Amino acid sequence: MTAILPLSVHAAQVRRRGKTIVGPIDLDLDTQGTTIVIGPNGAGKTTLLHMLHGLARLSQGTVAWNTPTQDAQTKQAFVFQAPVVLRRSVRDNIAYPLILHGVLKSEARRRAEDWAARVGLAEALKRPATVLSGGEKQKLALARALIREPQVLFLDEPTANLDGRSTREIETILHRTAAEGTRIVMTTHNIGQAQRLASEVIFLYRGRVHEMTRAEAFFKGPRTPEAAAFIKGDIVE
Amino acid sequence: MGEIWQGLTAAFWLIVTLDSDLVEITLRSLYVTLTAVAIACALALPLGAWLAIQRFRYRRIVIALLNALMGLPPVVVGLIVYLFLSRQGPFGALNLIFTPTAMIIAQVIIVTPLIASIAHQAIRELWADYHDLLISLNATKRQRMATLIWDARRALLTAALAGFGRAIGEVGAVMIVGGNIDHVSRILTTAIALETSKGNFALALGLGFVLIGLAIAVNLMIHGLGRTEREGTW
Repeated sequence: MTAILPLSVHAAQVRRRGKTIVGPIDLDLDTQGTTIVIGPNGAGKTTLLHMLHGLARLSQGTVAWNTPTQDAQTKQAFVFQAPVVLRRSVRDNIAYPLILHGVLKSEARRRAEDWAARVGLAEALKRPATVLSGGEKQKLALARALIREPQVLFLDEPTANLDGRSTREIETILHRTAAEGTRIVMTTHNIGQAQRLASEVIFLYRGRVHEMTRAEAFFKGPRTPEAAAFIKGDIVE
Repeated sequence: MGEIWQGLTAAFWLIVTLDSDLVEITLRSLYVTLTAVAIACALALPLGAWLAIQRFRYRRIVIALLNALMGLPPVVVGLIVYLFLSRQGPFGALNLIFTPTAMIIAQVIIVTPLIASIAHQAIRELWADYHDLLISLNATKRQRMATLIWDARRALLTAALAGFGRAIGEVGAVMIVGGNIDHVSRILTTAIALETSKGNFALALGLGFVLIGLAIAVNLMIHGLGRTEREGTW
């Protein structure tokens, strides 16, 4: 299978109604690890992920994957902050991406059952997805994202609004996913979570990449006062 | 009050004795209405889904027009269909005027905007929820529409029932294009109109009660088949 990474972003910018939301941004993503995007509210974290994944239209610049964009898009997955669940059973929700891409329903359901077990939803297979708890919905969204074995997994604050136990369960799944070779790019507000998961950190501030460095180096000695203040928990506007 | 009682009694005996004319008229009513609603759903549900997900220049005008067409006067629809299907009309050679097919055509024109408009409203709300996910999963336009129609199926069932309700009680258009011909194009509503004009109120009321019963029965049956309310959160 052709690798879609590395990713090279050059002078990329997203503007809406004449206002720059993100950019211009230059960054490179290599093939391994977990990149955590942090920054204050309104810094453009979600828009950055949307831009990389192709959900936000570029106003200028380029987002270049190692393979043509159309091919690259099929090898990525996205987990949204508010998990989107289809009005179907848990099993059919997880199987949905496979069915979209032509896998036989019986085979898709069999694989969905495997993935449900891996994220701890084996008991809920036949339940309507809409009645799941917030943590269960997010696990479902993760299983649905992972069932096509993406090379890159984007997650937009996947544990926001979840309790400690659900957060730990999600983080365990993410650790395992990263260990299996999936490149993870994720936003979070939780500094502790960033420290637990990150191999690389992007500190986004006012729509620009303020710092992008190895996680250890970032948390030990951030280069900019804004990043230092953010890590300390000070208010950064 | 006496006439209502007579009507109820007439309705009771018509049903109990399985009056052959009543059965024939009822079956024809069901045939015309259910066929029209099925055709209208086949047209309106994809149209509603398409309008929900597709952005184009005159979209708002098209939606406003669709909403306005919900109030189409049936008599005018009947007149226009009549002009198209009559011997001198452009489709006169098809010999459809004064047949159940002509009545179905008129009803399709009347209920399609109603079903499409309700469907569009329901699917638009669902699309707002599903938009990012379906784009992210690279779903094609056809797959998006199919997903939205399937997941909005209960709301769409309501749309179809609204269409059924309008079609089963419609009289103006079907009277014009069907002609209310005995054993050919007479249905419950046109029969009621005829019996009323003849002053045969008891029979008209009897037929009216049958019509109401039929509408309720079909609604309950479709709700039952659709398992509405059993999985209310879907």
